Amino acid sequence: MAVAASETYAGPTWLQRNRMIVTPILFLLPGLLFFGLYVIIPIFQSFNISLYRWDGLGEATYIGLANYQELLTDRNFEISLWNNVRWLALYLLAIPLGLGIALFLNQTVTGIRVYKSMFFFPFVLSQVVVGLVFSWFYLPREGLLNGVLTLFGMEPINVLGDPDLATYGIIAAGLWPQTAYCMILYLTGLNAVDPEQVEAGRLDGAKGWKMLWYVILPQLKPATFIAFVVTIIGALRSFDLISIMTNGGPFGSTRVLSFYMFEKALSEFGFRMGYGSAIAVVLFLIMLVFIGYFLWQMWYDEREARR
Amino acid sequence: MRSITKTGAAALAATTMLASAVSAQDLSGELRIISDMSNPGPRAVMEQLAADFDAMHPNLSVDLTIVDREAWKTQIRNALSADPPDVVNWYAANRMGPFVDAGLFMDITDWWEAGDYEGLDSVRGALTQDGRQWGIPYTYYQWGVYYREDIFNELGLSEPETWEEEIANCQAILDSGRKCYTIGTRFLWTAGGWFDYLNMRTNGFDFHMQLALGEVAWTDDRVRETFANWRQLIDMGAFIDDHQTYSWQEALPFMINGEATAYLMGNFAVDQLRNGGLTDDQLDFYQFPAINPDVEMGEDAPTDTFHVASGAQNVDAARAFLAYVASPEVQTEINGPDGLGQLPVNANASVADDEFIQQGFEMLSENATGGIAQFFDRDFPAEMASIGMEGLQEFMVFPDNLDDILERLEAARQRIYQ
Repeated sequence: MAVAASETYAGPTWLQRNRMIVTPILFLLPGLLFFGLYVIIPIFQSFNISLYRWDGLGEATYIGLANYQELLTDRNFEISLWNNVRWLALYLLAIPLGLGIALFLNQTVTGIRVYKSMFFFPFVLSQVVVGLVFSWFYLPREGLLNGVLTLFGMEPINVLGDPDLATYGIIAAGLWPQTAYCMILYLTGLNAVDPEQVEAGRLDGAKGWKMLWYVILPQLKPATFIAFVVTIIGALRSFDLISIMTNGGPFGSTRVLSFYMFEKALSEFGFRMGYGSAIAVVLFLIMLVFIGYFLWQMWYDEREARR
Repeated sequence: MRSITKTGAAALAATTMLASAVSAQDLSGELRIISDMSNPGPRAVMEQLAADFDAMHPNLSVDLTIVDREAWKTQIRNALSADPPDVVNWYAANRMGPFVDAGLFMDITDWWEAGDYEGLDSVRGALTQDGRQWGIPYTYYQWGVYYREDIFNELGLSEPETWEEEIANCQAILDSGRKCYTIGTRFLWTAGGWFDYLNMRTNGFDFHMQLALGEVAWTDDRVRETFANWRQLIDMGAFIDDHQTYSWQEALPFMINGEATAYLMGNFAVDQLRNGGLTDDQLDFYQFPAINPDVEMGEDAPTDTFHVASGAQNVDAARAFLAYVASPEVQTEINGPDGLGQLPVNANASVADDEFIQQGFEMLSENATGGIAQFFDRDFPAEMASIGMEGLQEFMVFPDNLDDILERLEAARQRIYQ
């Protein structure tokens, strides 16, 4: 202290004056750097590669938009795209299912924590394990599903071997852990529900569905938003389940865009980097719709909160 | 990374003489090998091979990395382009194509010319592209029908040699409440084996190769004839149900339990069938029967290979290693019953005393006059193979979709071979 006091005071340095700006930038810098290097730049590289015919090893030939033109007539691409739509639509079922279970478990009974953790259990499992368990469940002869069906005198079905059913079979497997995830989000959300508002609603005569719709759900809005975000993201990265359960088959009927991209560009027989990149670009554009919505929503919420 | 130390195994190495241009003392530095022989049996063979070669060359250290066989199929691209090793494993024929075209495999025609690989002349063609040689084979194995001898005896059947006998046999098997063939098409390639054989028997080896080279349309009537023959079996119900759900290993129990009597497979299935509890009295092998008497028999016999990366640092050592692997003594050793249990590529090596290897060797050397193919996914270019096998699987489940499938394959052919 004595030393510092003896020095003449020359006013704040540039760094001191601007530290409110410099500090956040310094903290953000590593993140921004790697985000740029591993996310932003590769996006533009994909755009670029999608204009070439390239096997990933030799020389690349510029072919303009020919890859995209081929996509338009590629039936496998169409199937994959529709499967993506199915995934997006049906995966959202995890939200009401999760809410239902959360409401059901949101009570004080002895051992409720045990029940909660058992319902949460599938989310802890790796997707690969979930995929394996469900593919055994669906096995045409030994599987549990067909065991139950024959018990009730019904015809056994080969879910994963039937091109019309296989995708739904995989989505059902995916819903199992995803429902658990949404449930845990809602359970924490329910903890934050204001008991006074519930009380006030009850005095006004609200109960059952009305109570849920007008009093509880509005307060769960943040949880619903997060559940929506993670479910959409989950639906778009359904790669591992498909790879484990059907490997894209039978005859390509369960592929989604990410799987098709992998198959075309990177798999054992995939040597079409350009075509794979074109698929990746389409997938990116689809994701961009959701990303745009999420960002807008978050920005909007923050602006509302500041008012 | 796994380094083999210079100890042990010197005894075996000492017995092995090399016909190599480079003498043992000259080799020094490090020889880096990446192998895909990751299954337990082959892995031991490869480790022994590296250790022996290391022990032979006091100044050379062999650095062996073993990569999972399936993973290697995609990793090889990165491995060869960034920091390439000296020697790698791969497959013969068209599967080499992308790497040869990209200049990632070294042209070793001179080594072939110099007599490094005496006794390998018969397999040279599979390693040839653009008139040059790009590697050496180290093992191959036959395909054919492995069947339950005991069930055949019970039903009074004999090994079929013609298509009529085949159909009659199959009918008898079906009447006994069993399926004729087990198969698991989940990973598609097993259906490729069926197509190879049916097409080679219906239209001959040369036609099959023309199709692989993209010179014949998939919508050609001759191709349709192949599918018509296939459909005969499918309509009879010859194949197990739900095969699109099983891998080839998951289809094995059907044969082991006696629910299906035969399996069109490569010789590697024998080990699994024996492990499953079948004795050699219950198990036998026959060549896929003739369909069209006018065509010579062609066979599938996939060959596994070693290649030198074009970016290899220690070319002398790589050359000596390849010559070592191809020598008759080493070929006998690594393909023997304690090794891979497959066929040696060197004509001067001896074939293991095993019922199936002997039968396969006899078949390939005496009754494969049409020619020897690699396999559907090695003879056809990668993309045609993957689209093709998917179509074959669909045909096996929904034979009525044939027209649609063939048109799709034809459209793919016109794009891929242009």
